[in-house]
Amino acid sequence: MPTEHRLILKNADAPGYTPDIDCYLRHGGYESLRKALATPARELPDGKKQSPQEVIRDEVLKSGLRGRGGAGFSAGLKWSFVDRRSGKPIYLVCNADESEPGTFKDRQILHKDPHQLVEGMIISCWANDVRLAYIYIRGEMPHGARLLNQALSEARAKGFLGKNILGTGFDLEIHVHRGAGAYICGEETGLIESLEGKRAYPRIKPPYFPAVLGLYMSPTIVNNVETLCAVRHIVAMGAAEYAKLGTPNNTGTRIVSLSGDVVRPGYFEIEVGKATLGELIFDPAFGGGLKPGRKLKAIIPGGSSSKVLKAGEKFRLRRKGADGQMVQVETDLLDLPYDFDSLQQAGTMSGSGAIIVMDDSRDMVDALANLSEFYAHESCGQCTPCREGALWMAKGLERLTHGGGRGEDAEYLLHIAQNIQGRTICAFGEAAAWPVLSFVRKFKDDFVARGKADEDARARGVIPSHHH
Amino acid sequence: MSFKVPAALEAQLDELATHYPQRRSASLMFLHALQEHFGHVSNEAVEWTAAKLGLQPINVHELVTFYPMFRQQPLGRTHVKVCRTLSCALAGSAAIRRHFVEKLGLDAGRHGPQTTPDGGFTVEFVECLASCGTAPVVMVNDDLVERCTTADCDRIVAAGSGKGGSR
Repeated sequence: MPTEHRLILKNADAPGYTPDIDCYLRHGGYESLRKALATPARELPDGKKQSPQEVIRDEVLKSGLRGRGGAGFSAGLKWSFVDRRSGKPIYLVCNADESEPGTFKDRQILHKDPHQLVEGMIISCWANDVRLAYIYIRGEMPHGARLLNQALSEARAKGFLGKNILGTGFDLEIHVHRGAGAYICGEETGLIESLEGKRAYPRIKPPYFPAVLGLYMSPTIVNNVETLCAVRHIVAMGAAEYAKLGTPNNTGTRIVSLSGDVVRPGYFEIEVGKATLGELIFDPAFGGGLKPGRKLKAIIPGGSSSKVLKAGEKFRLRRKGADGQMVQVETDLLDLPYDFDSLQQAGTMSGSGAIIVMDDSRDMVDALANLSEFYAHESCGQCTPCREGALWMAKGLERLTHGGGRGEDAEYLLHIAQNIQGRTICAFGEAAAWPVLSFVRKFKDDFVARGKADEDARARGVIPSHHH
Repeated sequence: MSFKVPAALEAQLDELATHYPQRRSASLMFLHALQEHFGHVSNEAVEWTAAKLGLQPINVHELVTFYPMFRQQPLGRTHVKVCRTLSCALAGSAAIRRHFVEKLGLDAGRHGPQTTPDGGFTVEFVECLASCGTAPVVMVNDDLVERCTTADCDRIVAAGSGKGGSR
């Protein structure tokens, strides 16, 4: 029976645990920073020498840590791309713009254990020769911003931050920067533009890879809150121990946000891949199942941008067989291990780790209309396919959910979505298109029936009822 | 209301601008601080910010029109943001918004933010507030109300009705 494995959230909900530095220090706080700063240089078996900073970067790479923001890209590799010879300063930005619908994990860290993030950031900055870093926190978390500012000034007062940190000669400043309600700021190049004081229009890659041309056209690391917290634990445990958590290529723990039609919504820190989607939804240790008498209809497995999964779906996962050969294993939806690779093989993604559950009382047309309105509102407007297409999809769905539908609306929606994905500067185009592509394809009968019913009503001269 | 940034606030903003190698970066933080003080971002605030940061007013104005949290008109003293995105919608956020709107005599069929004639309340639907596990959620000024019920709505309206003055 899988259970939570609380590493990052070990203390956050403990009785009497408070977000101030004294409490953090009583719980072993800033010990990992001390350990990191005391890392000796080492010589590898091939004779190559590693500086203490390189040792930490190597540890993060070997830990297998994958970004917890959404893309699931290797954190160590991301760090390895940083241009360290440009002669320009290297910046680090913590992405605390948590705004992918369904996601509420970083909120827990920011509000309950802000020093853990600060410590993870200081270690990460030291390992990457960063002297100036920012925490970009979403505007709708004003208390979180205050707590972070408090934490930063406490850390400064104790010598963990500022000039000559713990007598090592390392200088670092971290500032809190507040967003102002735009989802696109979660996209790392949009976030950088926003931090430069501009509209958050994402930059095109190439050439604007943040590791080379990021903040102020300087090399920049953008990492999610949970990713930076994990760095602290990798330093504390060592990469090898950290990598024993979770499953191969999906190491460590991650915080799953569970919402929608479950008895017990909430956040659960699990070893990656050690619990299945079914366990997360039905096990009493997690979601506790559906409401009485209800059946599962659909699961959005990794934030609202991830492709929806339909109850009863089966997938073919590639798994290593007993003889070491890769074999295809038929896997039921509820038996999908909750990790990066399995969800990808199921044609979707674990994204930000946010699961939204819908039971058989839900109308998929209404649910998609809700999401499409979100994307229409949040498109930054830079690329025509996304700016126009996201709005057309939302308008089409508004019509379909308010009595003005047509039988061909399902095809119309697919047509628009197909012309957005792959045709935009950033991944927001896919984020807007994927819910439409997956909902309409997997629940096509529902969409067609809804449109046809409206057509019939119009043919009979019945004015469709508008329900607000 | 004449536009005058108090010396203490200006000093605070001058300090904020030092957080960045390029002053333009401080624009969002300036706008937050000015909106908090004046209740909205006026043209004067835009021009003042631009002058302080060495920018053209359009560089600041385009931020006010891009970022949803910035307001060009005064808001009600109690600002109610009801999350409308999926998890909150599944948990009944439409009914929560309707309850606020009807109780305050506003128009349930109208889109966008609405303010009561006495300037007491602004009610609007906003996108995901990142607290989906405690849906439906509402922000009342800076505070998050989790698992919001119609009884909570009534309590919020009663508390807000007791507030005088303007923002």
